[in-house]
Amino acid sequence: MVGLIPLLVAFPFVLGLVLLVTGSNRVRRPLVGVGVIGVIVGSLALAMPGVPDSVMQLPVSPEAVSKGMLVIEAVITLYLLGVSVRTRQPLIALMALAQAGLLLPMELGGHHAEVARNLVIDQFSVILALIIGVVGGLICLYAVDYMQEFHVHHHPEMHDGRRSFFAILFIFLGAMFGLVFSNNLIWIYFFWEITTLCSFWLIGYKGTDESKRNAQRALLLNLTGGLGFAGALFLLVSHGGPVELDQLVLAKPALVLLPVALLAFAGMTKSAQLPFSSWLLGAMVAPTPVSALLHSSTMVNAGVYLVLRVAPVLQGTVAGILVALVGALTFLVASLAAITTSDAKKVLAYSTIANLGLIVLCGGIGTHEAVWAGILLIVFHAIAKGLLFLCVGVIEHKLHSRNIDDMSGLILKMPRLSVMLQIGMAGMFLAPFGMLISKYAVLKAVLDSLPLLAIFIVFGSAATLFFWIKWMGGLLVVTHPHDNVEKNIGWGKWTALYSLSAMTFGTCMLFPLLSKYLIEPYVKTQYHLAQFTAMSDGNIIIMVIMLALVSLFPLSFINYGRNVKVIDPYLGGANRDNGIQFTGAAGTVRDMSMQNYYLADVLHEDKMMRAGVIFACVLLAGLLLKVVCS
Amino acid sequence: MSLLLRILIYLVAAPLLGGLLAGIDRRISARMQARLGPPLMQPFYDVAKLWCKEPLVVRRSQNFYILFFFVLTVFTGALFFCGSDLLLVFFALTLSGIFFVLGAFKASSPYSFVGASRELIQMMAYEPIVLLTAVGLYMVTHTFSVDQIAVGTHMPILLLPGVFIALMYAMEMKFRKSPFDLAASHHAHQELVRGLTTEFAGPTLALIEIAHWYENVMLLGWLFLFFSMHWTLGLAACAVCFFLLLVVDNVCGRVKWLFALRSAWIMTLVLGCGNILVLWLLQVFGILKLS
Repeated sequence: MVGLIPLLVAFPFVLGLVLLVTGSNRVRRPLVGVGVIGVIVGSLALAMPGVPDSVMQLPVSPEAVSKGMLVIEAVITLYLLGVSVRTRQPLIALMALAQAGLLLPMELGGHHAEVARNLVIDQFSVILALIIGVVGGLICLYAVDYMQEFHVHHHPEMHDGRRSFFAILFIFLGAMFGLVFSNNLIWIYFFWEITTLCSFWLIGYKGTDESKRNAQRALLLNLTGGLGFAGALFLLVSHGGPVELDQLVLAKPALVLLPVALLAFAGMTKSAQLPFSSWLLGAMVAPTPVSALLHSSTMVNAGVYLVLRVAPVLQGTVAGILVALVGALTFLVASLAAITTSDAKKVLAYSTIANLGLIVLCGGIGTHEAVWAGILLIVFHAIAKGLLFLCVGVIEHKLHSRNIDDMSGLILKMPRLSVMLQIGMAGMFLAPFGMLISKYAVLKAVLDSLPLLAIFIVFGSAATLFFWIKWMGGLLVVTHPHDNVEKNIGWGKWTALYSLSAMTFGTCMLFPLLSKYLIEPYVKTQYHLAQFTAMSDGNIIIMVIMLALVSLFPLSFINYGRNVKVIDPYLGGANRDNGIQFTGAAGTVRDMSMQNYYLADVLHEDKMMRAGVIFACVLLAGLLLKVVCS
Repeated sequence: MSLLLRILIYLVAAPLLGGLLAGIDRRISARMQARLGPPLMQPFYDVAKLWCKEPLVVRRSQNFYILFFFVLTVFTGALFFCGSDLLLVFFALTLSGIFFVLGAFKASSPYSFVGASRELIQMMAYEPIVLLTAVGLYMVTHTFSVDQIAVGTHMPILLLPGVFIALMYAMEMKFRKSPFDLAASHHAHQELVRGLTTEFAGPTLALIEIAHWYENVMLLGWLFLFFSMHWTLGLAACAVCFFLLLVVDNVCGRVKWLFALRSAWIMTLVLGCGNILVLWLLQVFGILKLS
């Protein structure tokens, strides 16, 4: 199976190029289908039992690959200079040139570090590959239907750029595969830059002023992270340190702490931690499949993947504590901010940022327990968040709104979608679903190392609870009959939605196996542990019982409407016939209405985010200062 | 004692004790208001009567949520009294609370909607200190297991007084007592009508009441954990705490939801987090050594 890896990385790239040259919509559909099947089957094949940790043979020499990457990087730099001139953003040029300046002398000057293993496969990369392949593949499948409806029904005035759109989606997936299977940091950097570029194109897809602006901001912030990455490479090469990920983790922490801190910094920009969160919030302007891809299966995972990879070095260092603090702060601030907004996509975006904060927190703590919890969080979050974004995408097209208040009565308007949306939400915060298992583990890991950080977690969790349940409750409210508008959705979308719903549930059921065969072995090797059981059997049994209990809930609907007498609600006056109006004082007829609490005059989104950015900047400055001085 | 026996005792004894406590509550409250009050067994009579009433609903599926609220509340109590994991107990209780709130949302009446929204705000208000209780107990005993916390070598109350006081503040909300009875008023003639429970009637309302009994007994169990070194002291402390809750209930008027949220978070931050900070500092500097 190992021989698959170069194929798995190359396949989406090739397919992307093919999609770029084929213009017709009719050819695109089967091609995307082939691509989706390819990445899903490929990633599943890798996950088959007996994943060996071995050196891989490439069909071409690694030197040739490196040279090819160098050429492409040079082209990217030139392209970025062009973007900078076109958008009159000198900072972009500055970042691009600074990165080139750091890397060119190293690559041309013969400072070549010896790299024994360019590619590597272990359980962690397999998990990530599964997320990229399966979740990412399903999102691409969904995108075919979605973009059709997007252009034909909703935005006929807009330039139809679907040719490049799908090409970039697949190149994005290819770059992500490359990123998680590379062991050579220079290669990781190459794929890292490609994901930055892909997200820039995708966010700016609509071509409106807002989307252009947000795309540029995403590019700039991610290039800042890229600069950190380049800085780390420069330091490693010039001091003769290892440029292999697996060697880096084994090296003495004192020697590699500075480059590792820079890598963590790069990871935090890509994972939209404070103070860089604004790019991910701005990325909402893109079509929904792009948001889903960025938030669940690709972009942001690259960041936390890197942070968790270098976590063993961060463990117990001041740098690690600062990274953990940034994560904890991000979790708290983003969770509170999510309460104040009624835009469904924005709530999802804040919740992504918050969850990534938790994962970064795990990376900063860096103990084996924390890394275990962090990986689990990545898995559960990717699936549930992918599902949620895809649901909101359909709802937005059908209801012409993504305001949470407009979704009341969704259970009548779109019954199946409303159930799926609720499954996704349950997966995000409800016991005994995935995220809660992870939260349990995070809390335990925090208490065993830095108990004070628990304060951030307890307040953040409380806020999380509030914004999810009020949304969920709003979906259930039914005041008067609605027409069913769940029509013409397309089998591609349904396939993606059904699969992700089943996976949200399935991963919770199968999480003990996931932990035993993939996460625990990875953690054991990384930390050289003989024995490690993340969660006691007793607790797992309790969680399974709870899951079984909750899954019985739909059964109660067998009894639907039996043995009850239906009456109108109490409205504080004499009810009119329709149940939503009543005769109040002095005989006036009044409507009743219900609205959610957003606490907008208590929690000020702007102020909170600004304060969060300032605090996070202080923490990051502390991080840089600390490593520079040591 | 075998696990099964413990569950069985809990299943039978908890509602009896809870109902009795509700009776005592009403007697004492009546005396505080210079009334005689109902018989001690009145809560049981009430529930029995509710059970025989006609099941009225606004939405046909609203009662399913309450059924699961009930089942999960009982389940949570069973987890706790079986000495299982405290953090899981908290999570399970949150889950049952969510079902209650969702049921009220489902009922789709403005009063139950307001009640549900306010209940959510209250959940957000007390969630931090409830979780912080688990954090504090873990720092003292190095375990989340209720059984092991109960037989620990340190009296948690001595090390966690701040957490305890903040938790008592939250208890006022969990017991649905004034000044925090803002999600489900006991007096239906007020602006809130009956809040959360406005649209529930008959057997379903009885179920809510019984779930409340189960829950109250478990909540007192949480308080007991702080004194678990000495059984008698623990029971006495629970009695005193219960009485205190009643006194506060009778001398306070209802506050606004914003005050409830703010004050609970401030209490948590100052007393709860302050307590945790001090404990951590004492351990870091080696002044306090916990085995």
